[in-house]
Amino acid sequence: MTVLARTVEVTRRYGSTLALDSVSLDIRPGELVGLLGPNGAGKSTLINLFVGLRRPTSGTVEVLGGSPADPLVRRGIGVTPQESGLPEVLRVGELVDFVSAHFPDRADRSELLARFDLGDLVKRQIGGLSGGQKRRLAVALAFAGNPRLVFLDEPTTGLDVEARRALWDGIRAFHAEGGTVLLTSHYLEEIEALAQRVVVVGQGRVLADDTVQAIRDMVGVRRVSLVAAELPELPGVIAHHREDGRVHLVTADPDRLVVELVRSGAAFSGLEIRPTSLEEAFLAITAKEASHV
Amino acid sequence: MSSLILAHTRYQALEQLRVPIGLLASSLFPAISMLAFVVPFAGGDPLAATTATGSMMLIGAMSAALMSLSISVSQDREQPWNPYLRTLPAGPFPRFAGRILTTMGMMLISVIPVLVIAGLFTEATITVPRLLLGVAAVLVSSIPFMLIGLFIGFAMPSKAAIAVSQILFFPLAIVGGLMMPLQVMPAFVETISRFVPSRGAGELVWWLATGVEPKVLPLVTLVIWTLVAGAAAAWAYRRDEGRRFS
Repeated sequence: MTVLARTVEVTRRYGSTLALDSVSLDIRPGELVGLLGPNGAGKSTLINLFVGLRRPTSGTVEVLGGSPADPLVRRGIGVTPQESGLPEVLRVGELVDFVSAHFPDRADRSELLARFDLGDLVKRQIGGLSGGQKRRLAVALAFAGNPRLVFLDEPTTGLDVEARRALWDGIRAFHAEGGTVLLTSHYLEEIEALAQRVVVVGQGRVLADDTVQAIRDMVGVRRVSLVAAELPELPGVIAHHREDGRVHLVTADPDRLVVELVRSGAAFSGLEIRPTSLEEAFLAITAKEASHV
Repeated sequence: MSSLILAHTRYQALEQLRVPIGLLASSLFPAISMLAFVVPFAGGDPLAATTATGSMMLIGAMSAALMSLSISVSQDREQPWNPYLRTLPAGPFPRFAGRILTTMGMMLISVIPVLVIAGLFTEATITVPRLLLGVAAVLVSSIPFMLIGLFIGFAMPSKAAIAVSQILFFPLAIVGGLMMPLQVMPAFVETISRFVPSRGAGELVWWLATGVEPKVLPLVTLVIWTLVAGAAAAWAYRRDEGRRFS
């Protein structure tokens, strides 16, 4: 099987709202795909289609060679619940057992909990766990049935740096053993750290689909930063913000921007031009898209 | 499949047992009613006491079926945990079965204090086969109430489900002749009662527990209620699925 999951020209409407507009996407075995997009771009809808929670208005969704509406197909996937909804009165071990009972191939409970640093919490009631512990438990549940394909919707939102890194290690270990992951995240740093392939969605469409490096290069935007009290209107600025007295400008044409800056006669110092981060590339892609509409 | 039903039943039962207020409500209420109404007023007469004991068992079962079930279903629907459960590889059946079995377990527990009080403080008498038949009748005749509970749970938000199930519960219990015998109530109540499911359920339980010949019309009404409530519950379930998962 060359494709583990895919959508073929999938369109999804909610009433008059178009959430996905003819999206075709292939996820191949062993990939770790990062799904990026602003809120309301269609990320959650896409994941909901893949895990069988929603049906497409038109087009087809295929997972592991079948329909995600089929429970037998869903034996091969792992999904993360929102940690805010975990059943509070159950103990950690009981919940893992309950979820595992749905799968023919079950991960060893103590091994699974140890992998997400929950080993000594087996007997604790879930209501008494910290937010970070609940989050790790929620992610661990996605791996309870030894899935081939895992969907992680913002797995580390609200975690501190240390807990986030522990989770990343767990996800990397799964990927290293050949597992396939589709991941969404608020943190671009997370996508950069984990994913090899990035899919950018905006306004219900796939805007870009390539390696992290290629996405960065493709948009070719640069970050121009400088110290200045006040700046005139400058051409080609895609995004800008101020931080610690420095102004950061993201642009596709840094040469022209600098020329205009000098020409305007505005006082500035400490000029730097650097390649962009994924975040800036992402802003550039979605901004470009918005200006088309 | 059976291991999945077991897993879901275990999960539901743990949720009920760890927050035992629902269980307490469905067992305490009939026990208290038993002490307040049955022991002083009917305790001395074996037939009346046995009949009233059957009624109180039914009240406990109705409370579990109507109130606990509707409230837990509607609350679960509001939790983000619910869509996650749908991504697990199982159809809706194990979850339904788990709910029904857990509710029946609650009913059996709520029957115990009523039986203990009946045995200790009243002249109620019963043979073992009749006792088993009576308890079985309680479980069977609670089916329409479970279906009504499921209908409410799938059709309404939890705040409405709490209110509606209570509003339904008390009139049904009273008009059905479960709180006090119909003979002591005005004649028109007896007439209305033939058309409520609680009367039919009562007739079935009284018949199997005491051998007193039942009225036919309430039994027919009970069957019709079961069919209608089943259709309504299925409709509410599909409507809810269609809204949130299509």
